[in-house]
Amino acid sequence: MERLLNFVYAYRAFFTFLLLEIFCTWLIIQNNQYQSTKYFNSSNRLIAKMNQTSQNIREYFSLADINKTLAEENSSLRTKLDQREQALQFLQLNQVKDSTLFIRFDFVSAKVVNNTTKYYKNFITINRGADAGLEPGMAAISSGCAVGKVKSVSNHFAVLISLLNLDEQVSCIIKRSGHFGTIQWDGTNPSVVDLKYIPRHAQPVVGDSIVTSGYNAVFPSGIFIGKINAFKLNNEAPFYEIKVELGLDFSKLAFVDVIKSRLKNERDSIERVTIGEPK
Amino acid sequence: MTRTGILQFISFFIYVVAQALLLKNVVLFNIGFCFVYVAFILLLPIETSALILMGLGFTIGFVIDIFYNSLGLHALTMVFIAYLRNYWLGAITPQGGYDLGAVPNLKSNGLQWFLVYTMPLVFVHHLTLFLIESAGFMLFWYSMLKTITSLLFTMTIIVVLQYLVPQQSRT
Repeated sequence: MERLLNFVYAYRAFFTFLLLEIFCTWLIIQNNQYQSTKYFNSSNRLIAKMNQTSQNIREYFSLADINKTLAEENSSLRTKLDQREQALQFLQLNQVKDSTLFIRFDFVSAKVVNNTTKYYKNFITINRGADAGLEPGMAAISSGCAVGKVKSVSNHFAVLISLLNLDEQVSCIIKRSGHFGTIQWDGTNPSVVDLKYIPRHAQPVVGDSIVTSGYNAVFPSGIFIGKINAFKLNNEAPFYEIKVELGLDFSKLAFVDVIKSRLKNERDSIERVTIGEPK
Repeated sequence: MTRTGILQFISFFIYVVAQALLLKNVVLFNIGFCFVYVAFILLLPIETSALILMGLGFTIGFVIDIFYNSLGLHALTMVFIAYLRNYWLGAITPQGGYDLGAVPNLKSNGLQWFLVYTMPLVFVHHLTLFLIESAGFMLFWYSMLKTITSLLFTMTIIVVLQYLVPQQSRT
């Protein structure tokens, strides 16, 4: 026993090294698990406050740009609203039949406090948290385009997994043909993502719109992601290799809307009863 | 606590704040990153024991991780560098050995020695960092490109800081 202790003591540096590295590896693996409420990330209050100050300074220089985007979004929404009203009046459909279904989505506007686009795993911190009703698993959009989903929340802040994250996958469809696949970033170009699992018999065209499918209950269906930029079909490959140009410039993200789905619990519970616990 | 101890303590916070608030936003051509906080471990006095080095490496890595939302990643690479550091210092001992209480900086041993000392360690740090972040070797060559551009960027900043900030050659 004494010799064993002496041995450990003689190589204490090495053993400490091993111990620390194993601990770090455990942290990395823990952190990669999808959706969690963790304390040690940038939704931590002190860290988020520091980031907010730094973002406020940076934002000052791009105020004109941000203003322009917001104004454009406002006017396009107003046009759409007006057209919708006209159509509804024309069809005499302005009475709501099922009010629960009608108000099933609720939007919470939040400001981006911290955002990266250049790492392999990018995250976005926003200034709304549990006090605004945010929960892990909610979707975030900006100017009508998909941004990511909530990973963890603190009282006043939340961290989103950006679409530009190797671990993030979003179920989507080609709007024109209705084929569905999965969007995943390849880790290199922050304006292009990969569209996977589109079968051979589909016939994509450059310029096709890709929108969310609504199959995974995170994003509502029909949220714009991007347009097909290029595609390739290798011999004997079962699926197309498709590159999608994102509709949103992630490096200029200033505001996001987090979507609260009022019917998510109902949908989850019926799926759980029928299919079983999600893996 | 000695005077150098207090100075190191302050420099710890300066490195963290500079890295998390300033250099995190500075990325050249999408592939050049600057992880200047590595210099905190590299510039500790030569006689610092491996245990203290690893403890400090873990601490600074962990704090940086909180800002980067990458829990464990920077801590792991920093512990790795802290462990390698003393072996590497032993391997490149100049003729006549190190002075008592010397600091491995540019002033004490000259530019050439300093580059030989820091370059491989910073390279190993960046390479492990990018490989672990991409979770495998699928993006190996892209990670290598990132590593080399980041190495040049980080080294430039470290060397420039050596000339700009007054250095003590011994504690």
